[in-house]
Amino acid sequence: MSDVVKRPAIRVTDLHKSFGSLEVLRGVSVSAQQGEVISILGSSGSGKSTLLRCVNMLETPNSGTIELDGEEIVFPPSIRSKSSNRKKVERLRSRLGMVFQSFNLWSHKTILENVIEAPIYVQNRPRADCVEEAKALLHKVGLFSKLDQYPSHLSGGQQQRAAIARALAMRPKAMLFDEPTSALDPELVGEVLKVMRALAEEGRTMLVVTHEINFARYVSTRIVFLHEGAVEEEGKPEEIFTSCRSERLRRFLEHVDVR
Amino acid sequence: MDHPSLLDVISFGPDGWAPAMLAAAAMTILIASLGFVIGGVIGVGGAWAKLSGGRVTRALADAYTTVLRGVPELLVIYLIYFGGSAGVSSVARWFGVHGFVGLPPLLAGSIAVGATMGAQFTEVFRGAFQVIQKGELDAAIACGMSISVCFRRIIAPLTLRYALPGLGSIWQVCLKESSLVSITGAVELMRQAQIGASATRLPFDFFLVACAIFLIISTASGVIFAGAEAYFLLGSGRK
Ligand SMILES: Nc1ncnc2c1ncn2[C@@H]1O[C@H](COP(=O)(O)OP(=O)(O)OP(=O)(O)O)[C@@H](O)[C@H]1O
Ligand SMILES: [Mg+2]
Repeated sequence: MSDVVKRPAIRVTDLHKSFGSLEVLRGVSVSAQQGEVISILGSSGSGKSTLLRCVNMLETPNSGTIELDGEEIVFPPSIRSKSSNRKKVERLRSRLGMVFQSFNLWSHKTILENVIEAPIYVQNRPRADCVEEAKALLHKVGLFSKLDQYPSHLSGGQQQRAAIARALAMRPKAMLFDEPTSALDPELVGEVLKVMRALAEEGRTMLVVTHEINFARYVSTRIVFLHEGAVEEEGKPEEIFTSCRSERLRRFLEHVDVR
Repeated sequence: MDHPSLLDVISFGPDGWAPAMLAAAAMTILIASLGFVIGGVIGVGGAWAKLSGGRVTRALADAYTTVLRGVPELLVIYLIYFGGSAGVSSVARWFGVHGFVGLPPLLAGSIAVGATMGAQFTEVFRGAFQVIQKGELDAAIACGMSISVCFRRIIAPLTLRYALPGLGSIWQVCLKESSLVSITGAVELMRQAQIGASATRLPFDFFLVACAIFLIISTASGVIFAGAEAYFLLGSGRK
């Protein structure tokens, strides 16, 4: 086994992104090995959301490379590859499960319909299989009894768990979480973190933007600290929390409340 | 028919006008429906152009809605009927047919209704699209949906949810506008009522019956739209 080169599940290399004249990402490189849980920390406006949105290409990076599961997309695409690029982008996206701060469930579909939608209409899997798998996933996140409800009838924590089930239903190679608990009432945060912790323990590859410092410290395998669109420091949680090099990171950690 | 009465107007008997009036009512519904569909198609294109088109397509769509909302509908019908007929006539001349060849009234009428309604549709669809939570679209794109699947599965139903009240009133306008199409010779309710009125000298009775039929149609369609609204509102939190 020792001669097998460990290939990262996700590798982002030298990503640049500007909105007009505002340079939000200034050459960010992050990679996650299979099964790694990376917490991305940083103050507001440091580019955390933009980084995740670039990884699944909801925002088009100005330049950089995104590699997922051995397949690579280079930005800006060369003229020759432009036409084939759209299909490739859609394919890569379908292998990444995205969980948003504001849940973003489709409001005109029930919870079950939300979960089976993309497996059926993107991956063209048979409906019966998708329903069966969706029910198992909803059971896993504790929402089996809610599968016929519309999202608007659920609490925020339930909606977020449904959104996680929806992302899992695509059998993604990696999961992206953008502040999944920030829009929740404090008493609902725990139920979502519990599901995320279970995913981490299953060995899923996860990139998690979060302000939950305990999640970062005790669940993630690595921490990346972004500052003004660049990686200021990264390392294992125990290193980061006991002896970080960056003065900014130290101040950042002092300000977040460690419960 | 020495002493015709309202009963003759609504009778199915040998001298009755009911079959003619019902046929005319069907024509009215047909013109309005075709106009509604044509307008809807124009509206989807117009809204798309305004929302995501380049500068040129956006300008064209703006020009279209500005012109068609600012010009009397009757004028649009005249323009399309006579403009279209002039086109057809000149084509016919190539084939040795001389003189005025009219566009089929049903065709001219529904295109005219569609063209004027298309402008209203454009604005209704655009407004409804803008109400959709952008996050729901992000979620669709993020799971790898192609634009066509996203349109069919997510954008269209969510847009319809917010557009339906507007579409209901557009439909009512289509119904009413179809009466203007009578000037092209299409025998819809209005025209048939005029024909009956002059044949029997019972204008009031005929127009009263036409009025009643219009009301029945619009009431029935109101019920259908209310049902559709309830369906598309499912999950919106308002239902
Ligand atoms: N679509 C956009 N157009 C213009 N500017 C944008 C856009 N999206 C983000 N920005 C800007 O980019 C910068 C980084 O935004 P981003 O959302 O990535 O920050 P963040 O680290 O996620 O912050 P937060 O913790 O508040 O979510 C901000 O200054 C923001 O205003
Ligand atoms: Mg953010």
